[in-house]
Amino acid sequence: MHAMKVTLKLYASLTRYLPPGSGRHEAELDVAEGTTPAAIIDRYKLPLELTHLVFINGVFVDRESRDETELRDGDQLAIFPPVAGG
Amino acid sequence: MAWTGKILRVDLSSGTCIAEPLNMEWATQYLGQRGLASKYLSEEIDPTVDALSAGNKFIMVTGPLTGTMASTGGRYSVVTKSPLTGTIACSNSGGFIGAEMKNAGWDMIIFEGKADSPVYLYLENEKAELLPADDLWGLSVWATDEALHRKHQDPQLRIACVGRSAEAGCLYAGVINDLHRAAGRSGVGTVMASKNLKAVAVRGTRGVGNIKDPVGFMQATEAAKQVLADNAVTSQGLPTYGTQVLMNVINEVGAMPTRNMREVRFEGASNISGEAMHEPRKSDGKPNLVTNAACFGCTIACGRISTIDKGHFTVKNKPEYWGASGGLEYEAAWALGSDTGVDDLDALTYVNFLCNEDGFDPISFGATVAAAMELFEMGVLTEKDTGGLEMRFGSAEALTRSAELTMTGEGFGKELGLGSKRLCEKYGHPELSMTVKGQEFPAYDPRGIQGMGLAYATSNRGACHLRGYTVSSEVMGIPEKTDPLVTDGKAGLVKAFQDATAAVDSAGLCIFTTFAWTLADIAPQIDAACEGGWTMEKLAEVGERIWNLERDFNLAAGLTGKDDTLPKRLLKDAANTGPAQGRVNELDKMLPEYYELRGWNVEGVPTESTRQRLGL
Repeated sequence: MHAMKVTLKLYASLTRYLPPGSGRHEAELDVAEGTTPAAIIDRYKLPLELTHLVFINGVFVDRESRDETELRDGDQLAIFPPVAGG
Repeated sequence: MAWTGKILRVDLSSGTCIAEPLNMEWATQYLGQRGLASKYLSEEIDPTVDALSAGNKFIMVTGPLTGTMASTGGRYSVVTKSPLTGTIACSNSGGFIGAEMKNAGWDMIIFEGKADSPVYLYLENEKAELLPADDLWGLSVWATDEALHRKHQDPQLRIACVGRSAEAGCLYAGVINDLHRAAGRSGVGTVMASKNLKAVAVRGTRGVGNIKDPVGFMQATEAAKQVLADNAVTSQGLPTYGTQVLMNVINEVGAMPTRNMREVRFEGASNISGEAMHEPRKSDGKPNLVTNAACFGCTIACGRISTIDKGHFTVKNKPEYWGASGGLEYEAAWALGSDTGVDDLDALTYVNFLCNEDGFDPISFGATVAAAMELFEMGVLTEKDTGGLEMRFGSAEALTRSAELTMTGEGFGKELGLGSKRLCEKYGHPELSMTVKGQEFPAYDPRGIQGMGLAYATSNRGACHLRGYTVSSEVMGIPEKTDPLVTDGKAGLVKAFQDATAAVDSAGLCIFTTFAWTLADIAPQIDAACEGGWTMEKLAEVGERIWNLERDFNLAAGLTGKDDTLPKRLLKDAANTGPAQGRVNELDKMLPEYYELRGWNVEGVPTESTRQRLGL
């Protein structure tokens, strides 16, 4: 199984769940091939109710697909709590 | 009924202030605020009138729930014909003056004619008088507010006024109330100044009564407040980060208009975001954000109160800007920041302060500066034109100096004050003006959020996010998630958002409640307060009636279906990165279906059967 690099980006109230040593909003992670957004949410103990918007490279991943969609090397996984404005 | 049933008609030409009864038949058809005042304006002025002539009217109007215990029930609107767009204009504001007007016993104030010399309206319950304002003319919003409080010796006096930008003819000047809340868009402040009306000062002590079913109203508003309290957006996201929480989201999905909408992502977004406003500054260890703030009766409290680093170049020797004041909201941070390529949070906050201090719209201003920067970098606009300013993307100095000039209409600021359309036309590149119907875009690139392209193109006041905010569905998943890159279904989505928004804007409530509320939460509150059987269905119908009334005004003013379009850049030049890479806005796929759903002919004119159905 090959290791890959993905960027995890957490915003607003989720920022505090970034691993130590991360940048303002992001951390580069080494993950195994086949890793899904659900696995990363689980690994970093993100409260599920706060994982409202999940994007891979800016494209929305719906709740049902989070444990089916496999990340690819170089992907950017961004997660936001429920937010709105305007 | 929650309406007071009274209108104040102020004839500025003759100096008279006369009370008259509210047309209750219109109130049941148009509810209040945006809808009701649009009806009065449509009936009372010739839509082709010059917006800055005495023939235009300037209306300040509340909704039936303004001043009540309903959450966010503090809104009021300014309705007039816009000098920026030539369309009907309705600019909505929070703060406290709307509730104060209602507490003084008035649903609406209609200003007509033009005063010979500067005046302000002093309104204390039923007492209304026009007083000389020669000493206030030439003062900023903040100085006017201070002078009027001092003169009347009443700290609870609520004041709405125009600043020096409006006096100087800036076409996107707003009306500022309570120091930093704004009826900001479409140049409604310019109309106020054109009438020599400097300020409206209001004190109301009568309370807002007349509720149809007081116990039912308490129960309905309490239940609705609980919905806001239980919703993560309205109870956590907005109070903590304000609307600025959007900066990183919209950038992530590749819909962040950047450098005059040439690009769709801004590399400096995280430096000017809601999160960045919480971070301690290197210089003094304090964050930009001091606290959040609420308007009258609001249980969300999204407002930002900020400070600027005292050592920042913009305020180094200006202690008057060292205190806390109204901070950046998302649209302002986008227009002043991403669209100009400037990611200096202090510089943006400073310009935002100036926009409040002298009452000009940061969206239109920022977008006009962005257009000037593009023209300058092309070599079309030169230092000779700008008075020596190097208008380059990313220059905080150019941005802040431009604001200092625009706030008083000095030098190149006079040209910037006319907006992006007139600037780009003058320099021979109208295609570089990122506007619809002459009004500058807000902060969502319609190549990455397709529905917003249709919402912008068909907005009755020119490019605007607050007439049909499909971002809510297309990006945030509220009330349900739709794909931002798909055009199917967007015509219906835009229409539903436009109609619902028109109803909310006419109630006296804030549109931000709709991140948690639907019309099912709003209807019981209105119905308990007002006679008329206010159901969700009736509210949607009233919203649709208002939309068509505004459309009719614009058609009569000379606009046509051809004006329902977008700048060529958004229709021809594909997005350069992100999920929308390679995509343009496909307006042509949505517009015909939208016309059909609206009951309009192929030229965008409401059909006779639509007019009959809506009672127009």
